[in-house]
Amino acid sequence: MIPASFDYLTPTTLGEAVEALVSHGENARVIAGGHSLLPMMKLRLARPGVLVDLSKIPDLSGIQQENGQITIGALTTHYEIESSDLLKDKCPLLPQTARVIGDAQVRNRGTIGGSLAHADPAADIPASILALGGELRVRGPDSDRWIQAEDFFLGLMTTALKPDEILTKIRIPVLSDRVGTSYQKVAQKASGFAIVGVAVHLGMDGGLCAEIGVGVTGLGSKPYRARGVEEGLRNRRLEPSVIEAASSQVAQDVDPLEDIHASAEFRAHLARLYTARAIVEAAKMAER
Amino acid sequence: MAATRRITININGVSTSHEVEPRLLLVHYIRDMVELTGTHVGCETSVCGACTVMLNGAAIKSCTVLAVQADGEEVLTIEGLAQGEQLHPLQEAFWECHGLQCGYCTPGMILSAYQLLLRLPRPTEEEIRHGIEGNLCRCTGYQHIVDAVQQAAGQMRARR
Repeated sequence: MIPASFDYLTPTTLGEAVEALVSHGENARVIAGGHSLLPMMKLRLARPGVLVDLSKIPDLSGIQQENGQITIGALTTHYEIESSDLLKDKCPLLPQTARVIGDAQVRNRGTIGGSLAHADPAADIPASILALGGELRVRGPDSDRWIQAEDFFLGLMTTALKPDEILTKIRIPVLSDRVGTSYQKVAQKASGFAIVGVAVHLGMDGGLCAEIGVGVTGLGSKPYRARGVEEGLRNRRLEPSVIEAASSQVAQDVDPLEDIHASAEFRAHLARLYTARAIVEAAKMAER
Repeated sequence: MAATRRITININGVSTSHEVEPRLLLVHYIRDMVELTGTHVGCETSVCGACTVMLNGAAIKSCTVLAVQADGEEVLTIEGLAQGEQLHPLQEAFWECHGLQCGYCTPGMILSAYQLLLRLPRPTEEEIRHGIEGNLCRCTGYQHIVDAVQQAAGQMRARR
């Protein structure tokens, strides 16, 4: 399987890359690791006339801590996230999530920015970025702005990115020491994509759940933050009945996807189950 | 047709250079232009791992990388693993432990295992299975492959 013909550009600055997007309009697509875009191009599900490769632009990858925030460059690979000592220490949810993406070769090549910008409804990373309350930095011809993760995902493979904008980095808060995190997913056997994936980060204070973020992928047409679940846990003791009642809220206001791998009803069931599991695992970690 | 580009890729220590279409996949560059056919084409959808090669020290699926993306970079294929007539410990171990039957998946499997042992010189069975998750074998049932990787890990540690 070979993609249709296209022109290939390798800008060396962000400004040049944005300029290329402006001049080619919707005919151009940005490529990072290419592990979402190239498979779609082979199947002709995407047929850009111009590819703008970001790999020659300096400073788009790497993980840094600055002033209570961790910044991750958009071209940082899943393997770099999985193996980052800084993240394992300050934000274990991301390594926990990155470790179960695809397989070793895919993690070597696929990038965090590519996964977020592609917005596959079954991708893993978006759930964790949502749970963490992350922000995405977007550069366009007239803009250089932060977008809240919750405002970024608009629908099936649709984001707040305009055709001439590029996602450049992701910012997440450094978590306190009493925080526990977990990413639990039911993987589709062949592809490893999430049939349902749930990311939880929670903080305990005096036996109560003081801080909570829950991100869900795979269930609906876009990844989302499960506010209903969060409300059910906030300032409560995490007893089994509380966890079960909160988890039962995960599919509220969501129209579950349905395909050969799982019916809508089964997906919603899995979402409730895996939400509860992720909360239990995160709570165990927070209590250590 | 889109404009072609001249690219230069170092493969197994040898500089190669060709005029290519941007849509040419790295696996076809390696097999058809450089004529190193040890790298296999399997599913072409980044699932099976038969086309695995090392790109700048990281195992990747060469069916899902454009040749132009590897311009100026270094590639290691199965042909570059042995030292002359001396097989690499992984190649020896796959042979001795019966880590292959038909051999189609073997070049990719060995390079994934190579990646794993570079990162984890003393892997557990679980870590080996996680490490070769991206490579499908339809013959062996994987047990002999895991045995081979374990044996090779011991030999590679002993050589250091």
